[in-house]
Amino acid sequence: MSDKDENNQMERRNFLKCMAWAGAGVVWMMNGGVLSSLPLVSAAKRKSGFSFVQISDSHIGFNKEPNHDVTKTLQEAVDKINALDDQPAFVIHTGDITQLALPEQFDTAAQVLKTVKANQVYYVPGEHDVFTDDGSLYLERFGRGTLGKGWQSFDYEGVHFIGLINVLNLKQGSGTGLGGTGFGQLGPEQLTWLEKDVKALSSSTPVVVFAHIPLWTIYPEWGWGTDDSAQALSYLKRFGSVTVLNGHIHQVMQKVEGNITFHTAFSTAFPQPAPGTAPAPGPIKDVPAEKLRGLLGLTDVSYVRNGRSLALVDSTLK
Amino acid sequence: MLTKSKLYLLLVLALSVAGLSLTRAHASAPVLANEVVIENFSYKPTTLTVAAGTTVTWVNHDDEPHTVTETNKRFNSKALDNGDRFSKDFTQPGTYNYYCALHPKMTGQVIVK
Repeated sequence: MSDKDENNQMERRNFLKCMAWAGAGVVWMMNGGVLSSLPLVSAAKRKSGFSFVQISDSHIGFNKEPNHDVTKTLQEAVDKINALDDQPAFVIHTGDITQLALPEQFDTAAQVLKTVKANQVYYVPGEHDVFTDDGSLYLERFGRGTLGKGWQSFDYEGVHFIGLINVLNLKQGSGTGLGGTGFGQLGPEQLTWLEKDVKALSSSTPVVVFAHIPLWTIYPEWGWGTDDSAQALSYLKRFGSVTVLNGHIHQVMQKVEGNITFHTAFSTAFPQPAPGTAPAPGPIKDVPAEKLRGLLGLTDVSYVRNGRSLALVDSTLK
Repeated sequence: MLTKSKLYLLLVLALSVAGLSLTRAHASAPVLANEVVIENFSYKPTTLTVAAGTTVTWVNHDDEPHTVTETNKRFNSKALDNGDRFSKDFTQPGTYNYYCALHPKMTGQVIVK
């Protein structure tokens, strides 16, 4: 396989083209304990293991440029998932399900996501889902059966999945001299739970962590990071394979640090600018309707091997 | 002949025109205005100094929703959509730090003297 690096590179570029639409999702394949990603269209080629799909940032209720119908693009994402020959075991939504945490927005999201064929959709909230009421409506609608303020873990075919919440009690940034990062935060209660949760696991257990705001610092100027993520990751360092899946930034980025692979997902609603390329991290508005889906695919990502399997590595951000 | 009420009307008109141009001329100056514009994910002016008894109004010019959330939750707006306003009376002197609950990088303060 190693003599096909160039071919793989080409395939990966094609893969990005395939994903160049707003409702894109990523299929994660679990083979021999190592995650690799494949385009939805190629999922049928999987021979063993299982797959799951991550979607993110559907922002139901958003109704401005560049997307006046975010319900439709979420539905397109779901349709795409449902059309897979090889159905994913489950779907993970990494938050910002809604725009303003309104009951009718949660309703609409639930109606669309009910059409997912996979048995189960796991959720973590984004700040848009919890900022009005510290997450109580979110918990009621999407957090049933979770622990604490909505965190959770579960096992699937030998893989340990952990859903973390880093969008509650957000503290202000340092702009007016008070200190603080304006980052996401996990909080001591959740960190204590996490430490216990993974304690009994063998280090060879593959671990997948999902949370809304990236657990690595992508761009502090826009608050794209999590204050106490280092603490969380310290509990996971001993594991041979850790994959961290995030949303929030509405674009694909990857980073590999030791055994930990970080990945952020596309939004199903609208793209956001690459760090520092705009005055603010709001939606990219000036997208012609016919190009909306195409724009998301323009993120320039390349892929390298990690020795055992294909891994996603971000190498493009300026 | 101008009646008293017409004179009064003219006076009001003249004052409001003056007031408008004053607001315009000083819209971006961080001194003693009583309106904070939310634009490009920032509060302008970031620091607003007012006399006790002043009502401060925030208006959101971004397409993204924002909030005006006091650090110690002494006041908190709902999500302000584009064009939405939020007003708060400041009767007690002091420094009121606030931020956006959706984008906590955004910070501002009102100093009441």
